[in-house]
Amino acid sequence: MNAIRIEGLTKRYRDVVAVDELSLCIEEGELFSLLGVNGAGKTTTIKMLSCLTRPTGGDAFLNGKSICKDAAAVKSMIAVSPQETAVAPGLSVRENLELICGVHGFTKEKKNAKIAELTELLGLKSVIKKKAGKLSGGWQRRLSIAMALISEPKILFLDEPTLGLDVLARSDLWDMIRSLKGKATIVLTTHYMEEAEALSDRIAIMKDGRLLICDTTDGIKDVAGTDNFEQAFIRIVKGAAI
Amino acid sequence: MKMRAFANRNAKEILRDPLNLFFGLGFPLVLILLLSAIQANIPVALFEIQHLTPGITVFGLSFMTLFSATVIAKDRGSSLLQRLYTTPLTPTDFILGYTLPIIPIAIAQCVICYIAAIILGLKITVGILYAIVFIIPVSFLYIALGLLCGSVLTDKQVGGICGALLTNLSAWLSGVWFDLELVGGAFKKIAYAFPFVHAVNMERAVLAGDFADVFPHIWWVLGYSAAAFALAVILFLRQMKKQ
Repeated sequence: MNAIRIEGLTKRYRDVVAVDELSLCIEEGELFSLLGVNGAGKTTTIKMLSCLTRPTGGDAFLNGKSICKDAAAVKSMIAVSPQETAVAPGLSVRENLELICGVHGFTKEKKNAKIAELTELLGLKSVIKKKAGKLSGGWQRRLSIAMALISEPKILFLDEPTLGLDVLARSDLWDMIRSLKGKATIVLTTHYMEEAEALSDRIAIMKDGRLLICDTTDGIKDVAGTDNFEQAFIRIVKGAAI
Repeated sequence: MKMRAFANRNAKEILRDPLNLFFGLGFPLVLILLLSAIQANIPVALFEIQHLTPGITVFGLSFMTLFSATVIAKDRGSSLLQRLYTTPLTPTDFILGYTLPIIPIAIAQCVICYIAAIILGLKITVGILYAIVFIIPVSFLYIALGLLCGSVLTDKQVGGICGALLTNLSAWLSGVWFDLELVGGAFKKIAYAFPFVHAVNMERAVLAGDFADVFPHIWWVLGYSAAAFALAVILFLRQMKKQ
């Protein structure tokens, strides 16, 4: 079953076409990556799918609900971890989680249970009382993802989740993202080849707002005629393949 | 419930900043003590405690503008708002969530100023209670200005515009530090076209128990509050849409 069906999604800013007639489907439970260089349209696509930006053309359906006509229903089933760390710096880790529980209207019992579960899942116990603003980049990203998971989203958008992190923090976060597989449909944007290759069931490569290819890593390498995923990406983006 | 969770968070962010506590609660107190000390040595009618305190309580509210503008501008800059826009919070929740937590802070600031004034010799009357109640519509005006600035400025710009320009404008045009009658002319006309002096005159009248003198000042305060709030809502919703 399709969790996301995108039909001719387009976003124009005056003369610039940020996303151009994007059409693709993402299966339920899939970990799907949008890959591309800066300005490819990945973040704009995520913003449209999460109802933050209104498309100028086309539509997308999340579990059958239109992002244009039924934004409230879409918002109730999604969560977003934005590109920049989106935490309240003056609040502790626990208070940040409580904030998100509160804005989703959880009862006290559900709030406590959810915080305990996510603290365990994301290994946040050692920093639970620390102020979010005082945490390292890696811990802030973990907290940011925990905040996104609180509402038990059916679809989770992770926009450049490991941007700016060191190798160890990135590796930890990959393990954490892998552990989420099957719990929700995950759409991840990245411009790290190895990240997309290591985590994704399927990958869509975008350039200048257009979809160049959408396939498994092996499928993309086959099309590009190379065993190296980074080479495959470069060939496809430069127009040497497909 | 949803709005309350957001409002609580905003209150915590504001109150946990020691600079906010100093400027919001400590600075007006320092001004009352300092000007009362000057008054004790060189008596000036303007700085008599029953004239000075209502002025300081209004001037102190300019820091509420700074608080609300800073918290919104920082949220806009940090992507936190973007995250919250994807939650079930409605535009009304956002606007109330930024506005309501600052009102108790404004009232607390006013109460602290009056406690200090009583210690310094202000006669205890029921007028003090009324003055605290009448500070609420004035605080709406200043909070709305903060919502307005926070919706269009970055947190650095907020520091300059709200922290320096607005506090000075609010001070010069309020008649707290010098008598506008003595300056007269265009300056006085300009000052009376803004709400600050009207807010001070209204508070002075309420404290003195001269309720007839509350008019027309209260209309200026309410009019400006409503206009600033309406404009703030429009600008906030516009930036929300832009996100």
